[in-house]
Amino acid sequence: MNIAVLLKQTFDTEEKIVLRDGKASEDGVKFIVNPYDEYAIEEAIRLKEAHGGQVTALSLGPARVAEALRTALAMGADEAIWIDDAGIPQDESAAAEAIAAALGQQSFDLVLGGNFSVDTGGAQVAVRVAAALGLPHVTSITKLTVDGGTASVERDAEGDLERIDVTLPALFTAQQGLNEPRYPSLPGIMKAKKKPFKSLTAQDLGFTDGRTAEAARTVRISLSLPPGRQAGQMLHGTPQEQATALVGLLRNGVRTI
Amino acid sequence: MSKTYLIVTEQRDGKLRRVSLEALRAALDCAEAGDEIHAALLGEGLDGLAAELAGYPLAQVHAIEGEELRHYNPEAYIGALAPLLEALRPAGLFLGHTALGRDLAPALAARLSAGQISDVTAIERDGGERDGGERDGGERDDGERDDGERHGGQIVFVRPLYAGKAIERKVFTAFPQVVTVRANNLPAAEPRRDGGTAIVAKRAAAPVADLRTVVREVVRRTAGKIDLTEARIVIAGGRGVKSAEGFRPLEELAGLLGGAVGASRGACDAGYCDYGLQIGQTGKVVTPEIYIACGISGAIQHLAGMSGSRVIVAINKDPEAPIFSIADFGIVGDLFEVVPLLTQAFRQALA
Ligand SMILES: Cc1cc2nc3c(=O)[nH]c(=O)nc-3n(C[C@H](O)[C@H](O)[C@H](O)COP(=O)(O)OP(=O)(O)OC[C@H]3O[C@@H](n4cnc5c(N)ncnc54)[C@H](O)[C@@H]3O)c2cc1C
Repeated sequence: MNIAVLLKQTFDTEEKIVLRDGKASEDGVKFIVNPYDEYAIEEAIRLKEAHGGQVTALSLGPARVAEALRTALAMGADEAIWIDDAGIPQDESAAAEAIAAALGQQSFDLVLGGNFSVDTGGAQVAVRVAAALGLPHVTSITKLTVDGGTASVERDAEGDLERIDVTLPALFTAQQGLNEPRYPSLPGIMKAKKKPFKSLTAQDLGFTDGRTAEAARTVRISLSLPPGRQAGQMLHGTPQEQATALVGLLRNGVRTI
Repeated sequence: MSKTYLIVTEQRDGKLRRVSLEALRAALDCAEAGDEIHAALLGEGLDGLAAELAGYPLAQVHAIEGEELRHYNPEAYIGALAPLLEALRPAGLFLGHTALGRDLAPALAARLSAGQISDVTAIERDGGERDGGERDGGERDDGERDDGERHGGQIVFVRPLYAGKAIERKVFTAFPQVVTVRANNLPAAEPRRDGGTAIVAKRAAAPVADLRTVVREVVRRTAGKIDLTEARIVIAGGRGVKSAEGFRPLEELAGLLGGAVGASRGACDAGYCDYGLQIGQTGKVVTPEIYIACGISGAIQHLAGMSGSRVIVAINKDPEAPIFSIADFGIVGDLFEVVPLLTQAFRQALA
């Protein structure tokens, strides 16, 4: 079974956002594999362990994403593809186009990605890749079983559970609960250094100067910090007094009660 | 030239979801005089819902019926919407940023070669505030501001980034446009006052040849419950509830107030509740009027899912708990004592 995993490198979820030149500063920021993508990598490796095959990890981004790809290799992926994002517009449609072009060079039975990325949170790229490759997709899966040419999945739909069968090849995005991602082992880290690592540029994927401009269909015009929430009022008195006071404050302040 | 916009609406338990009316509000905000807004409704037995929708400011309601549409199935939905998209050639699609919207919107966007702006919390025009109220901080540099001017007069979509730690403003550079809106942020569209109704066009879904996706079963774990992401009041429990039983007092308060129960990942990981309740960066994002955090420490990943709530109340034994730093009202105390007292106080106040 040939499995591709789409992974994105994101800011560590604990990072504070500091703006510089209209962008989130990356100075001293710790980067991690997008938490949802970790579930995707883990699932791909488990499928390979059960059914045999090959896991290809793919990431689009600047040179630093090599680190995320090496984590995937150390966890057990077999090869990595890095798409250099220089020359690829920062827009989900363009990102998906680039990724689909890279994946189109090989054939895969399964493509796995994360439910969304915890930084830009667009929840678009994976589904767009499926569309570009003509694959059926199911998002937000919490269980995946492959039997021959069919995958049976469970999908989390805002708390409801959907059981869905899909003919392979197909694309799925991972939701928390799918599995417990493993840590890269020391031998894994050693082996990772020898695994194939392929780099692709915008040109390799057909993004020439003329096409780049039209590939982005949305553009950011500004980034700002949200209004800080001020610490409010601590209530005092006996628990009974505090409960009564709170009810009064909520009823006066908020019409809905 | 006048444009057509399409809302893909959603229902739950046979009722129109409020977020679909918020998506309609987004379309109304984007539309100019002469533009038409249509709504699509997919499923089975849609007459009642279609009639209800027709009472909103829409040009047409397209009710598409089909057995394959009873449950959400991306392939079947895309197949059912394809002829409508072909006929309307919409300049924009609007959906809720829900389980369905997150799945369907990018698939439709890809099909239309459209850009998509996801998880929109406010819409501005001409640089003026329309909804929401983020500070327009001095963080923008000059280059960005120039860019903003170049796009002056356009419709600007506001969305959170980095789990709410930053706010992004985006514009489209081309049509068609696909927008998903976060529940509880835009005001819901109001029914028409003039008593007029939109045209209801009924059609049967064209069968999709060779569906590769088959929905075998849908287990409704949320049936009859108030949807967490749309709830106006959320009572959330953390590891401090100590057991599944420990959620009881929270459920009682939520029941009384017509709210929903949520949880921290700590409570989910400990097995006190289902992951479907998890609020936070890797859980649901909620924006209720009132959020009451009970026995939740206030980790940054939890705040990511609830810090947009209008009023935040924290009940925690530990006066140093970080949750107090963002709470509007804080009670230091044992939740097992405080929550039942609150329920009692509300019951009296509401009597
Ligand atoms: C990548 C990543 C993603 C994550 N995503 C999420 C997410 O989406 N959502 C989320 O919530 N977390 C998330 N987390 C986990 C998060 O970091 C915290 O571990 C988690 O939120 C802690 O849950 P808690 O506050 O319930 O538990 P704790 O931190 O253990 O806090 C329990 C609190 O209960 C109080 N308490 C105990 N007993 C009582 C009592 N009787 N009465 C009153 N108070 C009491 C204690 O004082 C304490 O403050 C994520 C972490 C990572 C690394």
